[in-house]
Amino acid sequence: MNNILEVNALKKDFGTFRIDNVNFSLQEGCITGFIGINGAGKTTIIKSILGLVIKDSGSIKLFGKEIDKNERELKNRIGVVLDEGYFYENMTMSEMKSIIATAYSKWDESVFKSYIESFKLKLNQKISTLSKGMRMKYGIALALSHHADLLIMDEPTSGLDPLVRSELMDIILDFIKEYGKSVFFSTHITSDLDKVADVLILIDKGKIMLSEEKDILLDTHGLVKGDKNVLNDHTRKLFLSLNETEYGFEGITKQKTSVREQMNGVLIERPTIENIMLAYIGAK
Amino acid sequence: MKIIIANVSDTPLYQQIKEQIKDAILRNELKQGEILPSIRALANDIHVSVLTTKRVYDELQSEGFIITKAGKGSFVAPENLELLQESKRQMVEIKLTEAWKTAFSLGITKSELYAMMDLIFVEEDRK
Repeated sequence: MNNILEVNALKKDFGTFRIDNVNFSLQEGCITGFIGINGAGKTTIIKSILGLVIKDSGSIKLFGKEIDKNERELKNRIGVVLDEGYFYENMTMSEMKSIIATAYSKWDESVFKSYIESFKLKLNQKISTLSKGMRMKYGIALALSHHADLLIMDEPTSGLDPLVRSELMDIILDFIKEYGKSVFFSTHITSDLDKVADVLILIDKGKIMLSEEKDILLDTHGLVKGDKNVLNDHTRKLFLSLNETEYGFEGITKQKTSVREQMNGVLIERPTIENIMLAYIGAK
Repeated sequence: MKIIIANVSDTPLYQQIKEQIKDAILRNELKQGEILPSIRALANDIHVSVLTTKRVYDELQSEGFIITKAGKGSFVAPENLELLQESKRQMVEIKLTEAWKTAFSLGITKSELYAMMDLIFVEEDRK
């Protein structure tokens, strides 16, 4: 599979916070989850890709072409849903759509109509009266009605109830079914990714901590539980994170074989993405 | 075809899926020429990464169980008797090795083990 997005040596210094030499790429046909706690740098990186934040240095290539030099052409191929929405609150959905549609050379009104219908939205409703869930669905309809190949979303699930979150995951899975489509979205709600993500990129304090296939990540890490008497200076080193209580311990390891050989009677379970994320952020 | 993924298992995901598809082909549940779901559809349905299902199909293809035609999809390969026999034999061999290991560790002799096997055949014949 080809790389559809390549970020190389991206740097941006805000003084109090900086994105430090960030490198990563997205594979075609994949749903890539961009995870990290609030303030880790997810939005800054997404905005740099979109040119909404001017980077200090580094290169960003979309579909193999430098975005700085081919902005108009490349932006026609991406659909974007940002956290805040950036809509005019006093307009109806229909009016706002007319403004946005003109920005895209391949806008497809029939695709838009079918999304609006399946999301049960009423185009004459004012944007200010929309619920968070409706606003997100409207944003998706706007982002996907010009035959985009890459859908980029910043925290699309934050503030949504579990039912709407699950609906959004189904929308994403439906979009990606078509050959050649890719999705990149940031979230701090890792349970969204358990169901849909193919690849995970973990960021913390402006640095990429992990970039790996989700299933490999879950296969190679283990959640270990057991009695504290098997913990010693040596076995402690096998863990990325360790949590001890009066009743026993719980830890995340990347060395399952060694744990099994050196620690008798421990339980090794499959971790969740959240377990792994916290282990890498907490470690150091 | 059913695919069940064990979360407590230590076997990597792609291997669990691969073995189950292979079993379905060997048991003739998936018949030759039958079309398999696309890697994305399978990934969506069983909630694994598309990269995992791609790895599964790539390996099944290189082992001769399936054929992938560009733009058309993946199909169960025409029955290759030799391959099928070999795989079936291998499945039994694995189980026998396990049984032998258990017997060995419990101090059961070769003739006792053979006698057990004879008994199983006799019981099976009576049914």
